[in-house]
Amino acid sequence: MPREVAIIDTSVANNASVRALFERLGLQARLTCDVEDAIEADALVLPGVGAFGAGMGLLDECGLREPIRERVAQGRPTLCVCLGLQMLFEQSEESPGVTGLGVCAGGVTEFPNSVVRPQFGWNLVPAGAADDGGYAYFANTYRVTQAPEGWDVSWSEHGGRFVAAMRRGGVLACQFHPELSGAYGAKLVDSWLRTAEVGTPC
Amino acid sequence: MLTQRIIPCLDIRDGRVVKGVRFQGLRDAGDPAELAQSYEQQGADELVVLDVSATREGRAAALHTIEDIRRVLGIPLTVGGGVRTLDDALALLAAGADKVGVNTAAVERPLILTELADRVGRQCVVLSVDAAANGEGQPGWCVVTHAGTQRLDLDAVLWAEQGQSLGAGEILLTSWDRDGTLSGFDTALLREVCRSVRIPVVASGGADSAAHMHEAFEAGASAVLAASIFHDGRHTVASIKQELAGQGVEVRR
Repeated sequence: MPREVAIIDTSVANNASVRALFERLGLQARLTCDVEDAIEADALVLPGVGAFGAGMGLLDECGLREPIRERVAQGRPTLCVCLGLQMLFEQSEESPGVTGLGVCAGGVTEFPNSVVRPQFGWNLVPAGAADDGGYAYFANTYRVTQAPEGWDVSWSEHGGRFVAAMRRGGVLACQFHPELSGAYGAKLVDSWLRTAEVGTPC
Repeated sequence: MLTQRIIPCLDIRDGRVVKGVRFQGLRDAGDPAELAQSYEQQGADELVVLDVSATREGRAAALHTIEDIRRVLGIPLTVGGGVRTLDDALALLAAGADKVGVNTAAVERPLILTELADRVGRQCVVLSVDAAANGEGQPGWCVVTHAGTQRLDLDAVLWAEQGQSLGAGEILLTSWDRDGTLSGFDTALLREVCRSVRIPVVASGGADSAAHMHEAFEAGASAVLAASIFHDGRHTVASIKQELAGQGVEVRR
């Protein structure tokens, strides 16, 4: 199990919560925007709060687009949270014209008018890509509704089904916030850390 | 399916919890981090911390308190009270808040909501609306500030709607008529606001039982905030959730 985790510094919001989770799990956590770190780190976290365009802009500014794309494509231990999951896709309705990492085909779309937006709160994640399943905390207005090819997917419901979590090799991507999902989130991340190293590269 | 949220609220001044709290088994019932952790263990879905410090030193102490709470807390944390500027809000987020509640500052300068949402995303921006019935034969509710002492010529329902367009991701709606009365939420106010906005509304002010909370959810609230009902030890979050589940309300257990 890695002793240290590198967290891409998005310089907005949830850095403190993500960092606190890893420290509670007994790891050293450091914020970084460094290309070498993104390539070399035993475990990397791509957190994300804010808009799709701003998130991709930050990755481009730091030269992180290709390193992260490659890392995820190789299935190396990477945890993508919320916007971090969305950035794996090609584009998003949130920021038309902005190109995502494109590791997965398809795009990110807005929840329908029929439901409360943003989706704020605890929703049920069934067993599957995200281990045993349980209640997880979501805070999102956009989501993915088509299964990415080659990934294990756990679906949740909010105005129709959407991707709650997806896993391939050492990469775990969660639309919810494991760092804010209490004991469930902590267990999930702990188990990802323990299994990520032996994940099969794709 | 998204569950209905139960959110305990702690008032802190100079970094300490100020409302009387009687929990069993705590070494120091006034320690915010210990209380926060205890609420998470009871099944709280989120935590709101309101800083009621009156001084600059008090607010600086609050930042340390937020850091202390963040270290132990694994559920979302909203911090409000005393947020005057964009920098105040950003400092709270950096200290470990997941959402920031803006109240008077937004009334005085509504664009702070937009600036904050552009900077950190609207999911971090909570507009706190303190409302009171117009009274004197006038229907509707007005926005109040300064602990209810100033009534503004601003319709509370319209203000919530405007807050949504400006960048708020959630409304924390407090009925100043009901706050502290333990007589139940102002469901008429709730219903009006929930009908006017698409973002989630957190009901606050007046909760004394699971039945009151059930009424708030039926009026359209996505979450309920409560302080004294939990602080005085009559109920735990778990016992309230058990009652709500028995009434058919979807809660996380």
